[in-house]
Amino acid sequence: MEFIVASSVGVLTAAGVYLLLRARTYPVILGLTLLTYAVNFFLFAMGRLSVNLPPVISDEALGYADPLPQALVLTAIVISFGMTAVAVAMALRAYLESDSDHVDLSRSEGSEKADHS
Amino acid sequence: MNHWIILPILVPAVVAPMIVLAVRHDIVLARVFSVASAVIMLLLGGILMGMAADGQTQMYALGNWPMPFGIVLVLDQLSALMLVLTAVLGLVVVLYAIDGWDRHGRHFHALFQLQLMGINGAFLTGDLFNLFVFFEILLIASYGLMVHGGGPARMRAGVQYVVVNLVGSSVFLVAIGLIYGVTGTLNMADLALRVPEVGASEQALLQTGALLLLLVFGVKAALVPVQFWLPGTYALAPAPVAALFAIMTKVGAYSIIRMYILVFGDGAGEAAGIAADWLLPAALVTLVVGMVGVLASRSLGQMVSFGVIGSMGTLLTAVSLFTPEALSAGLYYLLHSTLAAATLFLIVGLVVDRRPGLGDDLVVAPTFAQAGLIAGGFFLAAIAMVGMPPLAGFLGKLLILDAARDSDAVIWIWSLILVTSLLAIIGFGRGGSTLFWKSAAVKGRLETDGAPESGALSFVAVGLLLASLVFLTVFAGPVTGYLDATAAQLFETRAYISAVLD
Repeated sequence: MEFIVASSVGVLTAAGVYLLLRARTYPVILGLTLLTYAVNFFLFAMGRLSVNLPPVISDEALGYADPLPQALVLTAIVISFGMTAVAVAMALRAYLESDSDHVDLSRSEGSEKADHS
Repeated sequence: MNHWIILPILVPAVVAPMIVLAVRHDIVLARVFSVASAVIMLLLGGILMGMAADGQTQMYALGNWPMPFGIVLVLDQLSALMLVLTAVLGLVVVLYAIDGWDRHGRHFHALFQLQLMGINGAFLTGDLFNLFVFFEILLIASYGLMVHGGGPARMRAGVQYVVVNLVGSSVFLVAIGLIYGVTGTLNMADLALRVPEVGASEQALLQTGALLLLLVFGVKAALVPVQFWLPGTYALAPAPVAALFAIMTKVGAYSIIRMYILVFGDGAGEAAGIAADWLLPAALVTLVVGMVGVLASRSLGQMVSFGVIGSMGTLLTAVSLFTPEALSAGLYYLLHSTLAAATLFLIVGLVVDRRPGLGDDLVVAPTFAQAGLIAGGFFLAAIAMVGMPPLAGFLGKLLILDAARDSDAVIWIWSLILVTSLLAIIGFGRGGSTLFWKSAAVKGRLETDGAPESGALSFVAVGLLLASLVFLTVFAGPVTGYLDATAAQLFETRAYISAVLD
């Protein structure tokens, strides 16, 4: 199980970083999503991997799953979900206004300035 | 329990939704609420500073949960100081913004309050995960503020800013996961107790976590090699927002100071002093990159942005020595550089408003309205920023140079700070003379349609910031006295731990 979890975190991260480096908004947002999946998975595993252990106190329990990483993951999921929505909205608006979906500012087509309105 | 401690977070948290829900159609009422909230936060900052002045660390356990399980806010002299700095900056920025900037888009004041809430929270929290949460709050608000007013270039800069910070947040979570995995806690005081006990087999995980954390704080503090996002963002953000962002880089610096003294400081066993080896070279390179950037800038906004990077380099050089003297000097420089950068960003806003079509580009063009007054302000602020006598920047750099005397890297620190100061003087001198002096020799006059938007109130805001710089210079004695006590308190980690856990 450790091997599967570790390698899936690795594959997700690698794919996410690759997509981020494409530096165009659509792949970048997909890359960010994969990266957050990897992070959530990783956080979850930080409470140590265990099977069939209860998170709450009971008399028959032999051991406990750590409930805190699960709470952290929940927070992280909510935040990253909201953030992805913000990023999508801003990327769309930027693309519609500037006709460029480059994320890297220095690779802008032509040298635009902010309209100092 | 001292309930005052949570008020700097509660006040903006209540005012922001009130502005969105109740007064969103009435800009005048929104302004009243926003200014009132800023004034209240300044008063609160003063009160909390008074409470912290006796050198006792105070804690506030939310919901009265027992430590180390509950969420905790901690007030010490450093957090009180940062709250006051944030409140001063917030008040000035909101004064500038209500002169017309807040009409350019919707929800400026609500986002502004949320931003202050996030910053205040980051300064008060005593828990690593809540530091992450407050970082997110201040970032979400800053995304909205950054693109306030819109425009293609600003939107694109906004996307870049969002993406960089989202990646930063992911790395932050990985670091938190690693540290939690080996210590089983995220409460900073508890971490300080657990980190020395981490066994040799898990040191690799712990130290990876600690260095990833440094990377995240480095992104916020614009430390080389992760400084690249700053010039585009700050130069293209609206003037009042850029001025407010001057405190955001300091949130990164604050987090570095807090974590790497308390948790990964001298008492951290094998992981002790893990940041210093990386921080000093990175800070010196940041200093050079920033000041060379000042020299190469093509617009005033860009120049100030690179000036911010350079000043972060100076500040983090002082921090990276990890001695009370250097830290006290660094904190003085922190206060000064925040105020100086904010002043310059507001002045850039004044210039942009008065040069239609040209903005803040460094090209010779006919003179413009109130050029003399603005030039005077720029002259003072630039003197402060580059660290020339008589203003506070000079004292700050002098204190840092003096504190670096005993360091092994003293030659590097002295020579780089002095040489880069010269670069900055040349850069700002060139910028100022192109914009204000040479333009006087060109015939004609740039006219805006009607009066420029930034009127008397904007000048009052700039004047207040300049006055605060003068205040910092004149009262350098008492201020450094307070900062010495602050630095000493920071290195008394035992007192912090017992205040939180006992």
